[in-house]
Amino acid sequence: MKIYVPLDSAARALGADQVAEAIAAEAAKRGVDAEIVRNGSRGMVWLEPLVELETPEGRKGFGPLLPSEAGQVFDGDGAKALGLVDELPWMAKQTRLTFARCGIVDPLSLAEYEALGGLSGLRRALGMNGEAIVDEVKLSGLRGRGGAGFPTGIKWDTVRLAHASQKYIVCNADEGDSGTFADRMIMEGDPFTLIEGMAIAGLATGATKGYIYSRSEYPQANAIMRRAIEIMREAGVLGAKVLGEGPAFDMELRVGAGAYVCGEETSLLNSLEGKRGVVRAKPPLPALEGFMGKPTVVNNVLSLATVPVIFEKGAQYYADFGLGRSKGTMPIQIAGNVKYGGLFETAFGMELGTLVNEIAGGTASGRPVKAVQVGGPLGAYLAPEKFGTPFGYEEFDRKEALIGHAGIVVYDDTTDMLGMARFAMEFCAVESCGKCTPCRIGAVRGVETIDRIARGDASAIPLLTDLCETMKDGSLCALGGFTPFPVMSALKQFPEDFATTAKEAAE
Amino acid sequence: MPRDFPQPTADEIETLIHSQLHLEGPLLPIFHLLQESFGHVPETAIQPIADALNITRAEVHGVMSFYHDFRNVPAGRHVVKICRAEACQSMGANALAEETLAKLGLAWHGTTANGNVTVEPVYCLGLCACAPAVMVGETVHGRVDGAKMDAILKEAGA
Ligand SMILES: Cc1cc2nc3c(=O)[nH]c(=O)nc-3n(C[C@H](O)[C@H](O)[C@H](O)COP(=O)(O)O)c2cc1C
Ligand code: SF4
Ligand code: FES
Repeated sequence: MKIYVPLDSAARALGADQVAEAIAAEAAKRGVDAEIVRNGSRGMVWLEPLVELETPEGRKGFGPLLPSEAGQVFDGDGAKALGLVDELPWMAKQTRLTFARCGIVDPLSLAEYEALGGLSGLRRALGMNGEAIVDEVKLSGLRGRGGAGFPTGIKWDTVRLAHASQKYIVCNADEGDSGTFADRMIMEGDPFTLIEGMAIAGLATGATKGYIYSRSEYPQANAIMRRAIEIMREAGVLGAKVLGEGPAFDMELRVGAGAYVCGEETSLLNSLEGKRGVVRAKPPLPALEGFMGKPTVVNNVLSLATVPVIFEKGAQYYADFGLGRSKGTMPIQIAGNVKYGGLFETAFGMELGTLVNEIAGGTASGRPVKAVQVGGPLGAYLAPEKFGTPFGYEEFDRKEALIGHAGIVVYDDTTDMLGMARFAMEFCAVESCGKCTPCRIGAVRGVETIDRIARGDASAIPLLTDLCETMKDGSLCALGGFTPFPVMSALKQFPEDFATTAKEAAE
Repeated sequence: MPRDFPQPTADEIETLIHSQLHLEGPLLPIFHLLQESFGHVPETAIQPIADALNITRAEVHGVMSFYHDFRNVPAGRHVVKICRAEACQSMGANALAEETLAKLGLAWHGTTANGNVTVEPVYCLGLCACAPAVMVGETVHGRVDGAKMDAILKEAGA
């Protein structure tokens, strides 16, 4: 019998290793020949460790499983039996394109990868020229999943058209936003898809070398990713000739060192070159002068990992999902104080309230939702009055919010929004690269100003508003420029948390 | 696993530095390798790095000090990283961190008197759907409450 026990970090953080041991022991005790596969996560973190048993009807789930409950898997029934995993509402409601294989395959089995459509996108791209590949990406409507939402095809075209002796594909895997973990899940659960996407980007642009810039907080993702690169190289997918017939493409993984700002693409490039991770002024665009001064594609993990399915199924197939200019699907990460947290991939357009109240099931604490923060530490807080907003780039923009890397963090009504605003400023101060004054000094002043408000000084509120304006206008990158989003959204929507006398001032 | 790190010799430092020089942009990989081997980036490595990369000592220091990860003295045998970022805060990470530090009588980055445990803040471990999250070495823990934290600290020998 074949049993799946996830190796995903979230599953392991909830005891998956102990469960795997208990299952092996139970198999030995019963004299059953059991093959235990360590897969990625299906994304239902509240059910982790989610163990699956392969049956003729499909994969049956058991979770959240304790080591003492291992027997249920062998009995095929018990209190933690969930039935067919694909039929669980959380799974059935999704459209899994980027995450089609995550949680299903053995992450390092190239045979399983290919059996479920892997490498067919790259094979198709090999038969196309660079321009045709770029056109396909443009047609898909794919926009950068790292935050800014820039059209991926246009970025690739700039690099393709640049003349240079060397070009690079750099994957931004510095997933630093709180509330996000989709990059980690792909790297742990389906690493080949990222490699395939990078290879296609190489074919499109003429880049022969790729780097994944990951983070030191993700040791397991890095180990799996490194192994996956070796396997792809041994199999001849990567190397002097892509899949034995194309041009050269090879890659390596690099690890950052705990600086949030290194997720910003130019800071990342400096870091990769071995410099301080200071943000570079643009222009020049990295697409023209990037890594080592050469034309460089910098794309998020999810952007690149979505490319293979676009080539496998066709750009139009992908573009037919979504809403307005937000085409395709988004792997949404639901986190914080939620009943059902995890990864939920769906076409753009689902209302925020549906995600929070139905998909996430409201708060874990059972208390009312006070606010959600979407898009990481630089994203706005949204009060329930804004829950009608459909999940899309422009739709959020119109609400002075952003979807960023699509992490949703839910807070219950015990949350002190002044404290959250203070944290946003504190975080900016800690992580600022130091290049511009409004960010470096402004964030420190921001903390002080919020402390004054907390002491009941309502006159500090206009100061905070002014400071936010200065940071917005005078910062080189979005760390200083967007920190005002969480701060001002907290102040505007929850004036009661900014001292009792503060209400009139904020309005 | 507890690790007690050897005192690096000049030869060892040279060898490690030179093993990375074929890379494009070798400085961060060099720092990582030294820290993995010795628990910190030894002061005695700064000049050899500067020589190998043809940059100044000040530049080497400048890069090293930019990044939160690199240490110039070794940490305790176990580094307990407590996530302070927003999703973990929504599930009580602030209180957990405060209690933990108070119990150990430490401030952030402090090390217990027996040298076993250093406590550090971290901003997101990608475990935001099972917050609050803690990482000890490379071992991750989710939904950490007071009792779980006690067990973690006990195992680490705090
Ligand atoms: C402070 C800061 C942090 C960022 N962090 C990340 C990150 O962790 N991952 C990421 O892909 N993009 C991050 N970005 C956005 C990148 O600068 C860049 O837009 C992105 O990597 C481009 O890839 P995409 O077009 O595929 O989204 C960050 C930006 C800023 C200003
Ligand atoms: S806004 Fe902050 S992080 Fe961004 S470039 Fe300026 S100082 Fe650096
Ligand atoms: S916010 Fe703590 S793990 Fe992400």
